Amino acid sequence: MSELNVAVDAARGKMPPPVPHSDSPPKITARGLNFYYGQTHALKNVNLVLAENRVTAFIGPSGCGKSTLLRIFNRMYDLYPGQRAEGQLLLDKTNILDPKLDLNLLRARVGMVFQKPTPFPMTIYENIAFGIRLYEKISKSEMDGRVEAALRGGALWNEVKDKLNASGLSLSGGQQQRLCIARTVAVRPEVILFDEPCSALDPISTAKVEELIHELKEQYTIAIVTHNMQQAARVSDKTAFMYLGELVEFDQTDKIFTSPADRRTQDYITGRFG
Amino acid sequence: MNPIYASRRRVDIVIRFLCLGAAIFGVTWLALILFTLFYNGLAGLTLQVFTQNTPPPGSADGGLLNAIVGSIIMTAIGVGVGAPIGLFAGTYLAEYGRNDRLTSLIRFINDILLSAPSIIIGLFVYGAVVVPMGGFSAFAGALALAVIVIPVVVRTTEDMLLLVPNPLREAASALGLPRSLVIRRVAYRAARAGLITGVLLATARVAGETAPLLFTALSNQFFSLDMTKTMANLPVTINNFVQSPYDYWKQLAWTGALLITLTVLTLNIGARLLGAERTKS
Repeated sequence: MSELNVAVDAARGKMPPPVPHSDSPPKITARGLNFYYGQTHALKNVNLVLAENRVTAFIGPSGCGKSTLLRIFNRMYDLYPGQRAEGQLLLDKTNILDPKLDLNLLRARVGMVFQKPTPFPMTIYENIAFGIRLYEKISKSEMDGRVEAALRGGALWNEVKDKLNASGLSLSGGQQQRLCIARTVAVRPEVILFDEPCSALDPISTAKVEELIHELKEQYTIAIVTHNMQQAARVSDKTAFMYLGELVEFDQTDKIFTSPADRRTQDYITGRFG
Repeated sequence: MNPIYASRRRVDIVIRFLCLGAAIFGVTWLALILFTLFYNGLAGLTLQVFTQNTPPPGSADGGLLNAIVGSIIMTAIGVGVGAPIGLFAGTYLAEYGRNDRLTSLIRFINDILLSAPSIIIGLFVYGAVVVPMGGFSAFAGALALAVIVIPVVVRTTEDMLLLVPNPLREAASALGLPRSLVIRRVAYRAARAGLITGVLLATARVAGETAPLLFTALSNQFFSLDMTKTMANLPVTINNFVQSPYDYWKQLAWTGALLITLTVLTLNIGARLLGAERTKS
């Protein structure tokens, strides 16, 4: 009966209300979210809820729209012309898609870590302090403390504590990526988006970053896009499978990887395509 | 041996010799120019060149002090005015106006300005400034040099900023940085060596320009720091002295030419070293 109601609602153009994760309040809620690159319809009617203090993984073949979805959560797409999102997207009670929304304040709440490490061309210390100084005026000793806390948060402190004045570019790839995570954590966001954070890293660095994500979910709501299904299985509580711009299936991670409901999900996780 | 491969090898050898010959031919002239300059210029390079002003007609005494000081002043002001304008304009093209239609128009016009003969720019400033102001002036000379600096700096600034990878800008924006800070604190810093190189190259370019000063600052036999009067400068002094009948004046012209060349060489080598530093990081 309820399935029928959903089908009828969908036929009338109404969105079924997304079911929030039972044990944790919703942090980001998307209803009927569509995205366009010019004429290309890249995301089709996406409905989902990211639960607070949970890790949500996005998997799917290249071009399925998972990175696109992530870049809507902090309005990164706004940097480029001809890209637009429609539908409803809430961060707590804030409408993310509001054209009058201050994007800098939004991005201070929703941080992002990118595929390739992107340390700024400045010292390790400055890489962290830089973001903090944008929103807070604090003393030198307080700043030292914040930088140390952020670097500890990024599991990097022990490796760099003696060379805080070295260039951020002098670190190895894995260290650079953890510096970027520390930099994101330093400004105390509420949500952290990871866009394939380990695709340029070796297995040891990858393990460190995954461990870090596990620790970070104590304080932050996390979304991670990954091509590595083992990684999704390891780090996430819930997993979303996307295909051709659609959210095919969204459920508990163990459910997705053991008994997926949709044929396409099953084909993808068993390596039959993608 | 396979006949097709054998003929390919013969052609390869011929082409290689042609390329080598062309390279040697080109470099030979540069070497000859430098050799002649050093040979003739070094002979007159005495302390007097830097301590005395250009000589009055008939005198076999004097130096190039006023011309050196004039050149430094006008080049400094020209670069001081032109470089910031060029940096701002280049920033607009590479950052704010990247997707504007106006940008390609500005870039096209800038390229025309970049390749405009400097004598045209001299004539333009003559018509636009010298005539209305009623006389030649160092101010007009510096302005003409600034007009030459602008397109060079615009071009290098835009090119260097476009080399800054976009993920770096996105990462900065993702921290909540406003656009102006993304540009100033991140993009500029990433492109710093390239931006300085551009300004150095522009300085080298105008340090030896004669034509734009010929109609603007003219020249001055005496030492002058007055921007509203004519001002001595190395290129025009060389131009005048080479045509003079006096041997000592000709010698001074050679020495002046050597000084300009050394300056330009130093600036170029400095720019190269900075560029090499950039590729390392």
